[in-house]
Amino acid sequence: MSATGIGASVRRKEDHRYITGQGRYTDDINRPGQAHAWFLRSPHAHATLKSIDAKAAAAMPGVLGIFTGDDLAADKVGGLICGWMIHNKDGTPMRAGAHPALAQRKVRYVGDHVAVIVAETLAQARDASEAIVVDYGVLPAVVDTASAAGAKTVVHAEAPDNTVFNWHLGNKAETEAAFKAAKHVTKLDIVNNRLVPNPMEPRAAVGDYDQGEGAFTLYTTSQNPHVARLVLSAFIGIAPENKLRVIAPDVGGGFGSKIFIYAEETVCVWAAKKVGRPVKWTSDRTEAFLSDAHGRDHVTHAELATDADGKITALRVKTTANLGAYLSTFSSSVPTYLYAPLLSGSYDIPAIYAEVDAVYTNTAPVDAYRGAGRPEATFVVERLVEVAARQLGKDPAKFRMQNYVKKFPHQTPVIMMYDAGNYGASMKKALEIIDYKGIGKRKRDSARNGKLRGIGFSSYIEACGIAPSAAVGSLGAGVGLWESAEVRVNPVGTVEVLTGSHSHGQGHETTFAQLVSGKLGIPIENVSIVHGDTDKVQMGMGTYGSRSGAVGMSAIFKALDKVIAKGKKVAAYVLEADEADIDFADGHFKVKGTDKTLDFGSCALQAYIAHKFNGQDLEPGLKEGAFYDPTNFTFPAGVHICEVEIDPDTGVTAIERWAAVDDFGVVINPMIVEGQVHGGIAQGVGQALLEGAKYNADGQLVTASFMDYCMPRADDLPSFDVGMTVTPCPSNPLGIKGCGEAGAIAAPPAVINAITDALGHEDIAMPATPQAVWRAAQKTVKRMAAE
Amino acid sequence: MYAFAYHRPATARQAAGLLAKKEDAKLLAGGHTLLPTMKQRLASPAHLVDLGACADLKGIERKGRNLVIGAMSTHAEVAASPVVQEAIPGLAYLASHIGDPHVRHRGTIGGSVANNDPAADYPSACLALGATIVTNKRKIEADAFFTGLYETALEEGEIITKIAFPVASKAAYAKFRNPASRYALVGVFVAKRGSDVRVAVIGAGEGGVFRWSEGEAALKARFAPKSLDGVKASAKGINADMHADAEYRAHLIGVMAKEAVARAVGK
Amino acid sequence: MATVSMTVNGKAVTATVDPRTLLVQLLRENLRLTGTHVGCDTSQCGACVVHVDGKAVKSCTALAVSLDGASVTTIEGLATNGALHPMQEAFREHHGLQCGYCTPGMIMAAVDMVNRRGNDLDEKTIREDLDGNICRCTGYHNIVKAIAAGAEAMGGKVQVRQAAE
Repeated sequence: MSATGIGASVRRKEDHRYITGQGRYTDDINRPGQAHAWFLRSPHAHATLKSIDAKAAAAMPGVLGIFTGDDLAADKVGGLICGWMIHNKDGTPMRAGAHPALAQRKVRYVGDHVAVIVAETLAQARDASEAIVVDYGVLPAVVDTASAAGAKTVVHAEAPDNTVFNWHLGNKAETEAAFKAAKHVTKLDIVNNRLVPNPMEPRAAVGDYDQGEGAFTLYTTSQNPHVARLVLSAFIGIAPENKLRVIAPDVGGGFGSKIFIYAEETVCVWAAKKVGRPVKWTSDRTEAFLSDAHGRDHVTHAELATDADGKITALRVKTTANLGAYLSTFSSSVPTYLYAPLLSGSYDIPAIYAEVDAVYTNTAPVDAYRGAGRPEATFVVERLVEVAARQLGKDPAKFRMQNYVKKFPHQTPVIMMYDAGNYGASMKKALEIIDYKGIGKRKRDSARNGKLRGIGFSSYIEACGIAPSAAVGSLGAGVGLWESAEVRVNPVGTVEVLTGSHSHGQGHETTFAQLVSGKLGIPIENVSIVHGDTDKVQMGMGTYGSRSGAVGMSAIFKALDKVIAKGKKVAAYVLEADEADIDFADGHFKVKGTDKTLDFGSCALQAYIAHKFNGQDLEPGLKEGAFYDPTNFTFPAGVHICEVEIDPDTGVTAIERWAAVDDFGVVINPMIVEGQVHGGIAQGVGQALLEGAKYNADGQLVTASFMDYCMPRADDLPSFDVGMTVTPCPSNPLGIKGCGEAGAIAAPPAVINAITDALGHEDIAMPATPQAVWRAAQKTVKRMAAE
Repeated sequence: MYAFAYHRPATARQAAGLLAKKEDAKLLAGGHTLLPTMKQRLASPAHLVDLGACADLKGIERKGRNLVIGAMSTHAEVAASPVVQEAIPGLAYLASHIGDPHVRHRGTIGGSVANNDPAADYPSACLALGATIVTNKRKIEADAFFTGLYETALEEGEIITKIAFPVASKAAYAKFRNPASRYALVGVFVAKRGSDVRVAVIGAGEGGVFRWSEGEAALKARFAPKSLDGVKASAKGINADMHADAEYRAHLIGVMAKEAVARAVGK
Repeated sequence: MATVSMTVNGKAVTATVDPRTLLVQLLRENLRLTGTHVGCDTSQCGACVVHVDGKAVKSCTALAVSLDGASVTTIEGLATNGALHPMQEAFREHHGLQCGYCTPGMIMAAVDMVNRRGNDLDEKTIREDLDGNICRCTGYHNIVKAIAAGAEAMGGKVQVRQAAE
């Protein structure tokens, strides 16, 4: 292993600019003549727009333009789209209402976009927004996930019972037969709480229109600028793709929320032409709470069947998923194909049947948030398995090991074919790290101090490396999910890699460069990663679903192979040898069995000066591109164990220990991968203990700031013990499975299983706030006193 | 933020003059409540009178049996002051736990007391220690000063100049923080001076800071954590919101009071 | 409009601003020092932390005009003569950042923490003292390690790289 190649914890190349304040985020960009946009948002969750009077506002100082949904419609600007078609059980397509970027006739959630005001300054735009008179016909709101279907209030006429789709997966008859034959059935009712992603950088957009070229540029906070361009061009109709450039500079976190194509970005780029000035919008945190796509929000009843030996025989699940007021870009795929196919967990379960109803409500749209569907599935499976073990009087670790998938490949009853893994190895390592043998003593020690100690397991699996295009196409995806790369070797042997993946904190500039440096045998400083600009990078599908390593880097790998192959041809001419006799290793082309070599840089120079070969026989230049389309999902898996201590007097849950053992396949940069695990766990702990978006009955978001929505802080978390096991992924050339979402998927059930272990009963929901735990602990204390 | 005219007087007297002269003027101390409110356009004073340059509002000193703290003393200054630490260490502890380190560098005792936020910390210390709030016009006993949520006995044009805390033999503070905002969900300040014991509670009362009489009675018998065993605060009149209901808050009053007493007696 | 003069990263600056201009706006918009970020509206996230007269403050919650005559240090002013501050070095060495957005505020808060609490910082102290700064990426694990190492390095006894080992 070289100091900068695969497997090395190379310090990040991008860090210098971040630690010196030289990062360049969207809000840092200002265009000459730039004006500012402010969105007038609905204060009501549900209302008709009877009239909008902007006359007085339009005359206010600095105002350049005020636009409403009618103006967008007049310009034939299309609505926002949902790019994944789901079919109902009966085969009919899902029922989707229109999603205009600025509301037409009706507003459907607090924060919905009524009008945009463009002015010389932000303060002027905001002042003018307060002078717009909107006559709202306030309607009752439907808010609650479980009761939305069939509520009197209808969010979209297209879905008269507020149901977007009722979908199912698995084998119903086999599952029901297995339940009939079951020795024991474990049942749980589960609420997967609604979360707000809250990347620290709020969304922002600067739209610019070049009159001379007739071309638009949108600077925006995007995880996938090419997808943004595709949607803005092909579906919303802002401009043809060759007249629309999307630039996503440094992106300050996303966690899914910056995948989607939102109203504000769309309106900014459109309005730039309208007012003839660049138009900037930067979300404040309140707007982020109101209008960034939220995550999770499932209500589920789940049952697990076991036989007399404690073998799991079947699982059935009925879930209602709240998709909010409109279908966001990938929303329909999250509670369906990113959810139910993971319900087999790490286990060999012969029969699985899942039904999912998706509902509209008068709340912010819900879409992918770190893990997207997989945390919800893992929570269902890992809570059920833990509770089943307790009910059967079995050790939860042993019960899991008994039921693990042990032979690969393994076909589950819910689409997925697991290709490689060793779940037992991860469990064994995690048990050692947490010192499972000592838990009894630690529990007794806590009890002596009046505290309740518990331990909780989570043996998660996820499907990442999203995704084989043909497979997702057959399931309803509107796009292919390949990735593209171009490796551009300069005449001096330095390399630019243009990738369609886009880092928003994952350190691609380092990890990708490690691959290139290792494979080409050149110094890592000689490699630059270019991303986030549709004019520079040929094509791309972006970064989400833990796909940039498994898919994005595989595309680079493929392009590098082509570069080396071309280099061999050049070297053959230069070294006057047969191409078949050229080897490439450690940065040198070498003629087999001789000491004749050509270093990579010299080869690049020769490729460009083209003096040693005939340009008709061999094209000059050294630049290759590749598209990589995966052949399967990847299946990262692992075991997280959480140990908590509860103070029954205050209800405070302290996380005392955390062992995480993950199998991500081949790891390029362990330092970065561990960092991803830490961050994911923190978000999972946030979901379990702290975070929860709440709407009141009127549809007002009552947790709309950091004052009321509890973000994990340093003192809410412990340090984590992170270990790894490795089974290389067989479906991609690098053996990478992906690591970005694992922590967020694994953590919530580990925490809740630990709390319920400490409490001795299952009656606690997420987030397990101090008040909730205090109340639950009263039962425990009373029971203990009685014993 | 809406536009306003900005004034930066050099003395409290000048500040009072501006307050009297300018219509719809507000005082700016540390700004950690007012500025966020103005940023959200929930407050729109026409004039802002910044007390930041009023040197006469600074300073911390021991005057006989009183600890006297200038209104513009920041929480960090109070927390780090050897004078405070020696006279009433519980007050230094309280100041060191307000907000976060950055907030403590700007937020002031005068601003906190004048605002009387039901989740702010200082009002509990004022009430429990029997402080005197000194203004440019008069002296007001803490018992008469805090009149309701965000309401005080301060009149138009009145500026807090200093707060005098009689030194107690034992005093300590304990708070349970709102996990999100980190303001006090329940905070309890206990103080013992001779045979007098006062227990002041913030964060929990529907009407803001209040004295917990059952707790005081129990601690008067014996000033020890054990004295509070079985003494339950009533949930009546206790604030309920999405973070905590009245029953939980009432329960926490007992827990925090015990913790504060333990701290006061050095256990 | 009001005129405000201050020293920013060692340089005297004078600006004519609307009184409602916040310090962070003066830095980002007038002085184009965009390393200081805004992450919330309620003075909680700490992405905007800078030093005013040597003390960490939230620049989103201070009027520029209130700081006439003050000396302000931002993330851009932390390195001296091109040499990274030990705390900057520690954040890189310990992977104390991912997306980088909270990082300037974190580093300024960390330096202030050392100024107040000294060079020997244990994990509990660091975690409790970080309650004015929110990071969504790192889970704080490596930030805590970075601050401990940076604090030690600021004492001058060891280099950050040694402290890491």
